[in-house]
Amino acid sequence: MSAIAHDETVNSKGILSGLLELRDLPDWFREQQHAAWEKFESIPRPTRKDQPWRFSNVDLLDLAPFKLSGTVSDQARAAILEQSNGLDEVAARLVFAGDQLLERDVVSEQLSKRGVIFQPLERAMVEHADLFRKYFMSTEVSLGSAKFAALHQALVSTGTFLFVPRGVEIDQPIEIFHWLAGENATVFPHLLLVTDELAKVTVIEHFRSLDRNQRGFACGVNDLLAGPGAKVTYVCAQNWGDNVVALQMNTTAVDHDASAMSLNLNLGSRYSRFESLSRLVGEGARSDLLAVAVATNEQEFDARTLQDHISPHTASDLLYKNALDDRARCTFGGLIRVEPHAHFTDAYQKVRNLLLSDDSEANSMPGLEILADNVRCTHGATSGQINEEEMFYLRSRGIPVPVAQRLIVTGFLNEVVQRLDQAAIADYLNQLIDRKFAHSR
Amino acid sequence: MKTETKAVDIDRDKGDFAYPEVHVRDAGRGLSEKTIHYISDVKEDPDWVREFRLRGLKTFLEKPLPTHWASKDLEAIDFDKIRYYLSPGTGAKRSWEEVPDDIKRTFERLGIPEQERKFLAGVEAQFDSEAVYSNIKKAVGEQGVIFVGSTEGLKNHPEIFRKWFGKVIPIGDNKFSALNSAVFSGGSFIYVPPGVKVKHPLQAYFRINAESFGQFERTLIIADEGSEVTYMEGCTAPKFETVALHSAVVELVALKGAKLQYITVQNWSSNVFNLVTKRGLAHEDAEIKWIDCNIGSRLTMKYPGVVLKGRKSRGEVLSIALANNGQHQDTGAKMIHAADETTSNIISKSISIGTGRATYRGLVHVPKHLKHCKNNTECDALLINATSRTDTYPAITVRGTGNSVQHEASVSQVSAEQIFYMQQRGLTEAQAMSLSVNGFVNDLVRQFPMEYSVELKRLIELEMEGSVG
Repeated sequence: MSAIAHDETVNSKGILSGLLELRDLPDWFREQQHAAWEKFESIPRPTRKDQPWRFSNVDLLDLAPFKLSGTVSDQARAAILEQSNGLDEVAARLVFAGDQLLERDVVSEQLSKRGVIFQPLERAMVEHADLFRKYFMSTEVSLGSAKFAALHQALVSTGTFLFVPRGVEIDQPIEIFHWLAGENATVFPHLLLVTDELAKVTVIEHFRSLDRNQRGFACGVNDLLAGPGAKVTYVCAQNWGDNVVALQMNTTAVDHDASAMSLNLNLGSRYSRFESLSRLVGEGARSDLLAVAVATNEQEFDARTLQDHISPHTASDLLYKNALDDRARCTFGGLIRVEPHAHFTDAYQKVRNLLLSDDSEANSMPGLEILADNVRCTHGATSGQINEEEMFYLRSRGIPVPVAQRLIVTGFLNEVVQRLDQAAIADYLNQLIDRKFAHSR
Repeated sequence: MKTETKAVDIDRDKGDFAYPEVHVRDAGRGLSEKTIHYISDVKEDPDWVREFRLRGLKTFLEKPLPTHWASKDLEAIDFDKIRYYLSPGTGAKRSWEEVPDDIKRTFERLGIPEQERKFLAGVEAQFDSEAVYSNIKKAVGEQGVIFVGSTEGLKNHPEIFRKWFGKVIPIGDNKFSALNSAVFSGGSFIYVPPGVKVKHPLQAYFRINAESFGQFERTLIIADEGSEVTYMEGCTAPKFETVALHSAVVELVALKGAKLQYITVQNWSSNVFNLVTKRGLAHEDAEIKWIDCNIGSRLTMKYPGVVLKGRKSRGEVLSIALANNGQHQDTGAKMIHAADETTSNIISKSISIGTGRATYRGLVHVPKHLKHCKNNTECDALLINATSRTDTYPAITVRGTGNSVQHEASVSQVSAEQIFYMQQRGLTEAQAMSLSVNGFVNDLVRQFPMEYSVELKRLIELEMEGSVG
């Protein structure tokens, strides 16, 4: 990318015209981007008084310093590719740095013959325009970040398109890396995942920074669609650098008899907000929402969720766990909404905070809106500290305090990770969690 | 359970009557500085109270309606059409004989005196905005308990009440506390001296009688060190064509080691907006308990709170809400922990019938460097019909280690098996339903004083009539 885009900050209008000249995107998509930009400009910046932003540190959302990522240097490129190590065995892989696709490992010939499509977003716009136009950002982002979703749409230029056709089961996970490289760089990750009837797939996304000290801004949107009877698992391992402000807006639509599971692991960034909307649109749909956060220093994690039960006989289960140390803050704002006529809903929501220091702060807002009567909905929120007896038990067996504390905390978080029921991914996530503890203690 | 339901038609006969209005003082409709001066002149307010009212008016006019989180239904209130002050023109009476006959008749229909007078230590009944009848049993008076109306309290006992008046709930707390600060009249001011334990509950009844007339009572209860007192407030109001507004402010102060209990049974008619601010301040070792029961009104917004200011203080809110057709009960609780070893407990049960909507809104705040604070919150909601709605919106903030907070909520419906079991044994479906709902709230109702739990069970039965079938 040229120097024109480089000089403009991401919130100035010039950036768009600069982009449009340079990027090779279909006209209809450019028009949508223009409209999205208008929308971005028309929506006011959130304030803490807005209900969806209650308790959130909105002052950190100043976009002025951030610029579009340019082309990475050969040196950075080599470093990124070397460090893009995640799971041992994967079905396919994409590595992005900023707006640039660095590496692509395609799916096996067997899978592509059966109709699996795994390609960069800009190619899907052209080659699979129908699917793309039907599902790309088709649901309004309603959990507070509509403004930033519009910004994402205006500036996104690449990302991942994955289509799994009817009856195809992909056994190994598909892996996507998004890297931030350079001071004040930005990244707009996008995953458009469409599964047809009875398809099965697991996707894991890794969010990382090349230099952990550099400032950056990440603004991602994912559209995840589970077709009838499909099984979709989405895992996000968020480990941006320490000075990154990140927003992620995921929308999952679960069709009849399908099940969707998501797990968000939050380790990195200065401020990270994760909005997860799960829409249970078909009868017999099920959605599991999982999240784990280890917040240290000044970190702030802000999770907003909506379990939207639209059809009868649907189930959802949310489990979010946060371990907070130093001056860290975690906010959870979740809602179970049972629409009229969505009878026989079974919904559960639980958030648990483990406070490890005197200056950490946990805010919980577990909500229910029930408009049908034949339902079973419960939620719970707890905030507490390490149980003295557990600590005593471990110490009496000769385990030093810091180790005992770590064991208790990882045990606390492991319950969530194990829910995935995928040993390789669970091991990998636990390793990331361990590494964070090793660094912070 | 799948039961199609007709609209519930509640028997409101008991509160649904009005005698001809004879109001000597009337501030007219609408609100301006003139209204404030009129009220202050009539009440012969001290200058500082007049000032207080004017500041209240200013704040009220400045603050927007809280519709960014609250019900849009608030926009239906036409503040210019409301009469802010009415008085029967009679001063507070000391003996029953002096109470005007027609007012007596109103109370008799409500069943206040006679049977209950014997039971209760004192009756401070409010007819429209002025206390028309006030009688504290001799024994309580002898103990040094002061039990007067707000006007009398501020005028005659400023040394006691001025210190805390407007301190627990400042003028600017919210739009409606500001409104109350501007136009308040009536309500009860109570002072219980150190060590005095008031055996019988003190009681006041509030009624709205004149059409389009808002009632803005102001209550301040101070329980001095080591004292104990229970206050009961019951509301019924006749039905009217246009919208009525009720916006009270209740402040409780429990000094060291005191125990204060405040009980409300709210059964306003279904056109009343009931927007009330209630908060208590608990000093060291003190205990404040709100028992709050909301059955009537069109929209109630009420979140009784306790500021736990002193070490080892305790706060509790027990809340029952019943939302029938067209009603929205937006209730909840606030617990602000501000000292070590403070504990709070919130138990809320709601029942939604027909198109009724019950909302729980909660706030629990444990700031940093506090130790051994505990909060327990439980919210259970019961949905009776397919069109019923319930919401839960808690907000919990915890800082630091050494505290424990837990919140749980559940939503369910009446078990079909239970109903079947009871029907099999000869109960009608409606009876079974009513029994089941009473069972749902029973563990809470049992904590109410006896006469209230009886009344409450009857009210629930009444509301359940015709909700099935």
